Amino acid sequence: MAVTNDDVRYVAKLARLQIEEGELARYSQQLSTILGHIDKLSQLDLSDVEPTSHVLKLANVMREDVSRPSLTRDDALANGPEVESGAFRVPQILEAEE
Amino acid sequence: MSQERNLLELTAHEAHDLIQQGEVTASELTAAYLDQIERYDNDVNAYLLVTRERAQEESGRSDSNGGPLNGLPTAIKDVLCTRGIATTCASRMLENYVPPYTATCVRRLQDAGIVTLGKTNMDEFAMGSSTENSAFGPTRNPWDLERVPGGSSGGSAAAVAAGEAIWALGSDTGGSIRQPAAFCGVVGLKPTYGSVSRYGLVAFASSFDQVGPITKDVKDAALMMQHLVGKDPCDSTSVEHPSGIAIPADRDLSGVRIGVVQELMAGGIEPGVMEVFTNAVKKLEAAGAEIGEASLPHSEYALAAYYILAPAEASANLARFDGVRYGLRAKGAEGISDMYEQTRNLGFGDEVKRRIMLGTYALSSGYYDAYYGQAQKVRTLIVNDFAQALSEFDILISPTAPTTAFKLGEKTGDPLTMYLSDICTIPVNLAGLPGVSLPAGYADGLPVGLQMIGPAFSESALLQAARGAEIAISLGSTASPLIRERS
Repeated sequence: MAVTNDDVRYVAKLARLQIEEGELARYSQQLSTILGHIDKLSQLDLSDVEPTSHVLKLANVMREDVSRPSLTRDDALANGPEVESGAFRVPQILEAEE
Repeated sequence: MSQERNLLELTAHEAHDLIQQGEVTASELTAAYLDQIERYDNDVNAYLLVTRERAQEESGRSDSNGGPLNGLPTAIKDVLCTRGIATTCASRMLENYVPPYTATCVRRLQDAGIVTLGKTNMDEFAMGSSTENSAFGPTRNPWDLERVPGGSSGGSAAAVAAGEAIWALGSDTGGSIRQPAAFCGVVGLKPTYGSVSRYGLVAFASSFDQVGPITKDVKDAALMMQHLVGKDPCDSTSVEHPSGIAIPADRDLSGVRIGVVQELMAGGIEPGVMEVFTNAVKKLEAAGAEIGEASLPHSEYALAAYYILAPAEASANLARFDGVRYGLRAKGAEGISDMYEQTRNLGFGDEVKRRIMLGTYALSSGYYDAYYGQAQKVRTLIVNDFAQALSEFDILISPTAPTTAFKLGEKTGDPLTMYLSDICTIPVNLAGLPGVSLPAGYADGLPVGLQMIGPAFSESALLQAARGAEIAISLGSTASPLIRERS
């Protein structure tokens, strides 16, 4: 599977990563090599095989619906890069359409 | 023979006994390890943070009252949250992060009385096989400072091998405990998925990640595991270990059926590693084991499946690093999207970006079935392969890694070659089984690891077999040159 520079640009956008133009070729080449190995998965006929998402057969792990102590607001905010009035401050979230 | 050398060569269970008997104090033991860190860690770079004052204070307290792991100087991989102690995951993204809570596994060890020496270096967010992906510089192998310690728990393995910790906590998603343990000549156990709580372990690939011990010998691995296992309400995938963990007896391997996994030796194993492995198998047989040939027919697809599934999980898990609640935030961004993108560009290193992109690609529209869906089905085949092989054998074995420790920089330009370092360990994570690596011998003066794999929750039997193998292989002292230099 050959990954193009456009593919890298697209995937980076989906993942909210900023990849500099000068790095696109390196990433596309490396991802192509890795996916070239991964493409061997397509050799197998797996139409009758069930997928495994998790090795433990656990479902709906419940706990009692009772309140218990949790982080204080100060603890929760302590690592915030910008904190104001007991809240995380973020840049403007409504942007003009690109 | 100096007292100090004695202390650095002690295993944790030996030190524990001597402390109980009043022969050694926790303060003396901790001082010896802090001294070794002072002396060698500029070269080894096993630690990202040494909590010297805290260690001294804790060891002083240990002198007067004791838990079951009283006074044992412990290193903690920096992927585990420690309240009030910086936890960076070796990433610029978390360079200044100080967690408001402590990982359950760490708290359990602290409750049992350990002394916390500090936080160890690793590949950024546990993604790598050499610890060269640390944003804060690589760790070096105590057996040869020009070589890598393996990874991603390279700092923890190097710390134990260098006498800079009596034991350490690591984490293993595709081999990150076992491969560095092999490269550094120490013991590393990846427990059965679910047996150790992941609460407070910064998530990489949640259906694979497990925390486990890196130790000087097999008994130490069992001793630490006794205090790690157990269901935790804060991790809904954790379970009560059905049989608990027994300390292995000094017994041979009579009657143990051991299968040598043929596919894991099919190609790419260095001749020196193969020679050590073959000799080790002969010794296991001489110690009473019934040796046979085991088969995992789909293991050649394991690496491919893993490099879809683990990056896919990582791409979701690492979405949380967005510059809002903790961690780095890029300055001067215009609007929220720009802030996200700039923050993640500055905060993540190359390998982390590569895996996020790989995972995002595999999950993206049009590729989901061909990659993610197909990989999940291959995972089923691997699970079934192990079930079949473990119905014929009690234990499966292979070399832990195809090579000995390689030179710094040797594989950094070629991600796929680096990924192949984990080709023998990854199948075990796909199936969620316990696997242990123990020293099997040396090739050109560098340690070689033997991997032993058992059924789910068979840690006691697995570690008993590993103890039998340790006695059979009989390397004597496995202390690295940095410990022996002190004599």
